[in-house]
Amino acid sequence: MVPPIDYETLRLIWWGLMGILLIAFALTDGFDLGVAALLPFVAKTDAERRMVINSIGATWEGNQVWFILGGGAIFAAWPFVYAVSFSGFYLAMFLVLAALILRPVGFKYRSKKPDAAWRSRWDWALFVGGLVPALVFGVAVGNVLTGIPFRLDGDLRAFYEGSLLGLFHPFSLLAGLLSVAMLVLHGASWLAIKIERGAVHDRARRFGQIAAILSVLLFAVGGVIVARGGMGFRIQGVVASTGPSNPHLTAMIAAPGAWMDNYALHPWTLLAPVLGFAGPLIALAGIRTGREVLAFGGSSMGTLGIIATVGLSMFPFILPSSIDPASSLTVWNASSSHLTLFVMLLVTLIFLPIVLLYTAWAYRVLFGRVTLKEVGTNPDFY
Amino acid sequence: MDMAVIELSRLQFALTALYHFLFVPLTLGLSFMLVIMESIYVMTGRPIWRTVTRFWSKLFGINFVLGVATGLTMEFEFGTNWSYFSHYVGDIFGAPLAIEGLMAFFLEATFVGLMFFGWDKLSKRQHLFTTFMVALGSNLSALWILVANGWMQHPVGSRFNPDTMRMEVTDFMAVLFNPVAQAKFVHTVSAGYVTASVFILGVSSWYLLKGKWVAVAKRSFTVAAAFGLASSLSVVVLGDESGYALTDNQKMKLASLEAMWHTEPAPAGIAIFGIPSLEGRDTRYEIKIPYVLGLISTRSLTGQVEGITELVAKAQGRIENGIQAYDAVEKLKANPTDMVAREQFERHKLDLGYAMLLKRYVADPRKATPDQVVQAAWSTVPNVPVMFWVFRVMAGLGFFFIGFFVLAFYFSTVRRFDARWFLRAAVWIIPLPWLAAEFGWVLAEIGRQPWAIEGVLPTFLGASSLTVGQLWTTIIGFTLLYGALAVIEVRLMLATIRKGPLEHGDEPSDAAASGQGYAPLPAE
Repeated sequence: MVPPIDYETLRLIWWGLMGILLIAFALTDGFDLGVAALLPFVAKTDAERRMVINSIGATWEGNQVWFILGGGAIFAAWPFVYAVSFSGFYLAMFLVLAALILRPVGFKYRSKKPDAAWRSRWDWALFVGGLVPALVFGVAVGNVLTGIPFRLDGDLRAFYEGSLLGLFHPFSLLAGLLSVAMLVLHGASWLAIKIERGAVHDRARRFGQIAAILSVLLFAVGGVIVARGGMGFRIQGVVASTGPSNPHLTAMIAAPGAWMDNYALHPWTLLAPVLGFAGPLIALAGIRTGREVLAFGGSSMGTLGIIATVGLSMFPFILPSSIDPASSLTVWNASSSHLTLFVMLLVTLIFLPIVLLYTAWAYRVLFGRVTLKEVGTNPDFY
Repeated sequence: MDMAVIELSRLQFALTALYHFLFVPLTLGLSFMLVIMESIYVMTGRPIWRTVTRFWSKLFGINFVLGVATGLTMEFEFGTNWSYFSHYVGDIFGAPLAIEGLMAFFLEATFVGLMFFGWDKLSKRQHLFTTFMVALGSNLSALWILVANGWMQHPVGSRFNPDTMRMEVTDFMAVLFNPVAQAKFVHTVSAGYVTASVFILGVSSWYLLKGKWVAVAKRSFTVAAAFGLASSLSVVVLGDESGYALTDNQKMKLASLEAMWHTEPAPAGIAIFGIPSLEGRDTRYEIKIPYVLGLISTRSLTGQVEGITELVAKAQGRIENGIQAYDAVEKLKANPTDMVAREQFERHKLDLGYAMLLKRYVADPRKATPDQVVQAAWSTVPNVPVMFWVFRVMAGLGFFFIGFFVLAFYFSTVRRFDARWFLRAAVWIIPLPWLAAEFGWVLAEIGRQPWAIEGVLPTFLGASSLTVGQLWTTIIGFTLLYGALAVIEVRLMLATIRKGPLEHGDEPSDAAASGQGYAPLPAE
């Protein structure tokens, strides 16, 4: 069967869809991570902590599926990227998984015993479950921007020459901190719209303001380093956008400064960094003036802009290799087959709207602020 | 390649997958039993059924989170530990995993939040709908993961593409309607229903023995007895026997779990006892029931069940053939326009995977000696003694559950809830369905060896290029984390069971006096 959409277009669509899935994960589960990272600091008493936990208690699980679906969709549409990135980031991935495993258990088991020590342990587990993934995701993105030390042999088997500690260098740490700031801002904005006004609400807003300012600063510094620090890769010669998915068939080189190419070539892409700066500032204004919906909108916009900036700067590269640029994975050499991309697009077009529909329904049912009073009376609360 | 890395990768996958599957069967079964209980509540409007539903959903929740938490590992472990596998078959294998996320995980995860938090926010019918969606979502996820697993056992609808050096899909419908996958799905979800039925029956029996929560226990007992009887029949009758005649590897699986070293005249007999030996390639002290195996596996009196030695001879032929395909691929790698090589590849491509078995003994399969070819052919035999015994335990338990649920169904039909010997037995056998389910996976996956994908990719080629140190770090890490969570989980389960269907804020005396038939609570 020959799919009715050409291979090049499908690859572009799936590059976009991968971005949409990652952004959807950051927009939904991102605030769960931020809230969990803020938990021990914005809420002091047990009732306060339960109020914070229950502001995400019913929905974090559905939100987390964006992460799982992100993994599955990359496996299906970009098997190369799935294979190289997760084995390359082996121990970092273990850290993320271990931290994320603590989260469901923390939510569910914390409330099963009244014992204060038991609850405090789970609060810190939730904190780790929020902070560690936020940090490691950012560090990973930082490494993707500078290139990952892997090479492919003649059978296209990937070999990795890095280490866990090697992932942490100044630029990737900066990216990690940006990711934490961005998600903490998003978490604080969520608390601003989702819990009743009072002491916890005030503390969340204070943390949100700090995170908003840090987001803007770190994003600016990161941008300068990317522009001036000589990062980037380029495809040489003809771009075979409909060729077989085999990196050995394209010539690629490290080209310092190339991550700025797309902004010169297609000025509309500058919209992404503009949103990345404007979002946190709008959020800051929203928090300061008590317009919480505006704050949440701003933090969402910032998250979208910052992630899109990374993707658009690197296009068409997805995973460049720092030790062997000729092994780099791009939109044109790392995708699934024409048929798989097409069938998976059909499946997505059918099921994604259904998912969005019932997710919206769930949020509607759970609409309204969580209050300290409710924490004391609702038997179903964590 | 470093065999230690491969063995450790297998160990880690086995540990994390078997651990994950401690929670899955209960989720699969309990979710549907919650639907049944809540449906009765919605239809009759009797509050006792609300209590029943809410009680079991508490236990469901404790189990469910660990299923979700450990499932995260599974979604990424193909990439972290089986990176070459992921590249080699991701074009086909990734699709069911992505669809699982889109179609199943979202459904169960979104609605499970409403199920727990929506009791006072939704109408009765809306809440029942929510519970149903959770059950549907978790069972759909079993469907998609078994489509993926079924493809590993019987890789239909795909071909090797020498331009991309990987397998690519040719027919999605064939992958989806793979008969092995369909049989596995029915078998696996039925096993989950049996597990949940045994669990509910066991816990209810404990209450009946103690004289606690008798009204809740009797009702739960009745639901579990009926549901358990139907599913224990289904798990055995619709077991995945039906797939065993399809491919060489499936035939090998059947021959090895029967320790049948040579083809026998049809219809073959089934061994109920024996001591298979790998060295001697024979089975001693064998006791056989004639005809049964031939009848079950070929559904005829004349169909032959092939023996191990004959299947090894066949594998040897395929290895020799595969070397031709391998040679063609190497030529195409050097020159993609070599038409002679392409034609050579087309002639032999179905056996390419068999040539790769030789990579265990020699870097270039084309340089293999005849001895190495024989060695590689014998490497297609899985661990026969393990297969033989694991199958007997699993199948034996399957038949035992049918008998057990026949009795349970009898007792619940005649309303006899005081047969203390049966109630005690019901408590003691609670762990057995987990044993059967885990053994089922061991059988399926050890039986697939030496292949990661049957006839396509040997397991030892699929692993990531990791170091022994990295693998020990994560194996120890997962063991500690999972071990701690298991202890916490079991304790919380037991505490919740001991506490019983008491609601937050309920006065024990109110519940006892409320006329819903609760037995008085002993002071705690």
